[in-house]
Amino acid sequence: MLGPIDYAIAALAISLELCLIVRLLASKDCIRYIALTLYALALVTVSIVEDFVLLRFGVHSQAYGYIYYYSDALLTIVLFFVIMSFYQQVFQQMGVGKYVRLASILLLSATALFSYLVVRRIPSHHLTNRFVVEVSQNLYFVGVVLTYLLWGAVIKLRETRTRLIQLVLALGIFFSSDAAGYALRNLYPSLEASFLKWVPPIAGTFLPLAWAYTFTKVSEDARLETARVTRRAPAPAGMAAHQQAS
Amino acid sequence: MIAALICVVSIAALLQFFISYSRSIIAAYRKAALSDQVREVAGIAGDTLHGEQFGRLLQLVRLCPQKGDDQGDLSVVQSYYRLMGAFRFLGRVLWPALSRWAEHERVDCVYFAAVALDRRIAYSRALLAQQMTPQ
Repeated sequence: MLGPIDYAIAALAISLELCLIVRLLASKDCIRYIALTLYALALVTVSIVEDFVLLRFGVHSQAYGYIYYYSDALLTIVLFFVIMSFYQQVFQQMGVGKYVRLASILLLSATALFSYLVVRRIPSHHLTNRFVVEVSQNLYFVGVVLTYLLWGAVIKLRETRTRLIQLVLALGIFFSSDAAGYALRNLYPSLEASFLKWVPPIAGTFLPLAWAYTFTKVSEDARLETARVTRRAPAPAGMAAHQQAS
Repeated sequence: MIAALICVVSIAALLQFFISYSRSIIAAYRKAALSDQVREVAGIAGDTLHGEQFGRLLQLVRLCPQKGDDQGDLSVVQSYYRLMGAFRFLGRVLWPALSRWAEHERVDCVYFAAVALDRRIAYSRALLAQQMTPQ
């Protein structure tokens, strides 16, 4: 049975997704970030379909279960393309665009093959909650690894675009919180009812919020020294950090 | 076993991403210098900041009218400040270097809050000046 908090989070998530789309479409950012725009459109479509199935069939129906987990897996794969587009932006000046495209095709093929092998091994009637949790956990973990490598490239290449840095970091927070949430569910299924069930919806709300916020507040021209993010920056002029006697 | 490994790696990555995300927000505010006015209002004596000043500064920030563009930043940095508070506490028990690092980060949060207060005071003054101007 869903409570008012579930409905509030669902309403908030869909509002934020719409905000993100409006923000992207209202500017040239939708061209520059085409993969992200497509992801945002897919996200809204999935949210509307999910909410419709939820209201029509109920939260414990098989239809809602299938829609929820399969659309989640598909959206994660679409998100991999968003990561690839970020890679392309980071490696733009090195002229390795075709290698990034090749890597994205290989990644999609590998993900599809892996998913097919897992699904083939397990009969459809065994498609239990534990199985989908395991697949989601693996997909999100691939996302964590890809985003972490991307973040490493951002640091190594001294990327200074504030907007790109914040988009990548928000994606990292989303993937790692979901992967940790699903892994904990796998390890301790009893914790799901108490607090782990809130992790995916909260992480799902955070991502469009953080992205919409970044697109609204941080201009494309804003620059940031990566060293200020990765290392402790020197104290601003005229100010010093006071060490507490502990 | 795999789930445990994924859990540990993901939580470590989450911490690192969140710390970097918060720092990227704080870094944007570090470019600004503090005005004498905000030093006076916030009771910042000399060139020294203390980690404990964050709460007081945040209260002052909330008293000022919102400009509407820093609420998200404030929420993120407030969570970051709390996390650093937990790290500082843990560091005292387990690893003093962690405690010192966390205290430095808390001071950065204080500087962020002071700049946010400065901007809100400037905004309030501009609003007041606008209202005082005869039509």
